[in-house]
Amino acid sequence: MNTDHLASAGQVPRPRFPASADWIGLATVLVAAVAGYLLFPDNLALLTRIIGVIMLVLSLDLVTGYCGVATLGHAALFGAGAYATGIAAAHFGITEPVAMIAAGGAGGALAGLVSGVVILHGRGLGQLVLSIAIVNLFHEATNKAASWTGGSDVLTDIAPAPLFGLFAFDLWGRTAYGLGIALLLIVLFLLQRLSRSPFGMLCRGIRQDPIRVAAMGAPVGKTLLTMYVISGLVAGIGGGLNALSTQVVGLDSMSFTLSASALVMLVLGGTGSLYGAIVGTVVFMLFEDFVSAANPFHWLTIVGALLVAVVLFAPRGIFGTAARALDLWRRR
Amino acid sequence: MQSVLSVAVDALAYGMVLFVISIGLSMTMGLMRVVNLAHGAFAMVGGYLASYAMRDLGLGYVAGLVLAVAGTVIIAAPIERLLYRRIYNAPELIQVLMTIGVTFCVIGIANYAFGPTLKTIPLPGLLSGPVDLGFRSIAAHKLFAILCGLAVAAALWYLVERTSFGVKLRASVDNTPMAAALGVRTKSVYAASFAISVGLAAFGGVVGAELLPIEPYYALRYMVTFLVVVAVGGAGSIGGALLACLVIGGVDTTGRYLLPEYGEFFFYLAVILIVCAFPRGLLGRADA
Repeated sequence: MNTDHLASAGQVPRPRFPASADWIGLATVLVAAVAGYLLFPDNLALLTRIIGVIMLVLSLDLVTGYCGVATLGHAALFGAGAYATGIAAAHFGITEPVAMIAAGGAGGALAGLVSGVVILHGRGLGQLVLSIAIVNLFHEATNKAASWTGGSDVLTDIAPAPLFGLFAFDLWGRTAYGLGIALLLIVLFLLQRLSRSPFGMLCRGIRQDPIRVAAMGAPVGKTLLTMYVISGLVAGIGGGLNALSTQVVGLDSMSFTLSASALVMLVLGGTGSLYGAIVGTVVFMLFEDFVSAANPFHWLTIVGALLVAVVLFAPRGIFGTAARALDLWRRR
Repeated sequence: MQSVLSVAVDALAYGMVLFVISIGLSMTMGLMRVVNLAHGAFAMVGGYLASYAMRDLGLGYVAGLVLAVAGTVIIAAPIERLLYRRIYNAPELIQVLMTIGVTFCVIGIANYAFGPTLKTIPLPGLLSGPVDLGFRSIAAHKLFAILCGLAVAAALWYLVERTSFGVKLRASVDNTPMAAALGVRTKSVYAASFAISVGLAAFGGVVGAELLPIEPYYALRYMVTFLVVVAVGGAGSIGGALLACLVIGGVDTTGRYLLPEYGEFFFYLAVILIVCAFPRGLLGRADA
């Protein structure tokens, strides 16, 4: 695999934006969040769900876009977070929202550790198969542990207490949405710092040439595993947020389908850049909400055609293509 | 003893069906290094075509089978030419996405054209009854599937090891640029082996329709199993794929008989253990 292919691999080139652009990005997300609140005041549940899935796609971007690990099992981490939050609330009576989210993050990080250890064992096809096997294994284990997880019936009895004792989780989902936006901004800020840190650069290096990085004396396996745990933390927070806002957790949050969809969203937006993950998720989920209401099978056909088209004509994704166009324009 | 035998027969039949479908995937993966997640979709297309030919056109089993295989190859040829040829050297992620896209399209179109219900492929009288083997009788279609698997394995072995096409194929697998430099038309070899691979998938889809029923989500449901066969067996190895199919057929069927509740759980656990223990597959080549 030579470097020519990396250029067409859906990778955004190394960030040429200055660090100050990070603040512009955060401000843009905040503005978009407020606009979403004003435009769709009746649909905050959908918007909150989108934020949860954005976390999943961001976390997938950490391992796929930054480290180059192709996985079709990332929903295992998201689902682990959702179930950790749900079980903390339903079985241990933890109803403080921040603690519930923390439980989700911890559950996700633990799942990240387990699946990281397994998935990083394989290479190429083996890695892909391991990732699918992991998500299915988690799915089956969750299904069988019905006394804890509700099995194929969903896990209910998740009743969060008011946030900070002040904001109750109301029927319109305003509190959940606000909490989601706050979490997203915090996560995004931290991930921006992470991607610019020496650790983040090391991960990019491993994606481009793991053998060379190993030859330079950097611990490849340990770095990737650390990234997997961080990724699990992010996905778990997203899952926890989802559990908190819908107050039910179902097996679909831990499915192969969700894993594949997350990968589609990531590639649609563009891998290797945090904003690509956000753009891809928002576009995909709004479009899905719009189209799949008509016929889920037509939706599947459209997603398939869209995927083929993106791979053929815009392998950098929406954000990557736009960023490159901007870059070319600025250097003119 | 009786139940042990019946589990063994079921496992063997299931393993052979897996082999017929997956061997093409293993070949293309070993040769072209394409992670083709749409392989199961081609098996499903074969099943649908056979079902349509036999139930709606009233053709016989053999005619329907031939039509299904030929039809699937004809459908797949432009897909290879227009889509797959562009991703032969692309990174894995790109291949996964492209082929998943093709799979989604096929599922959506199959549902639109044939509806969400299960499609049966009527068995001829010869295959529908039990066959007495002397010590016990087994379902004829299972015996047929086992025989088909053995025949495919033998034919492929002959094709790869004993014919001039096989020599070109092995040369292209070992070193494509060098084979091309020596005058092998690697693009034709690619296209031919893709056609064989798809044809075998369609054949397996029809023969195995009793064990892996044809419905729109077939492509997604069994995709994992086919990939597992290749990962466990090692890409490009006929013997490896055969061994993998027997192991997987055995684990899966035994699991379903002994612990029906936890069958899938142990299946995936076994997959993880095998792939972790043999990262290149049971009989995979060191550089594959």
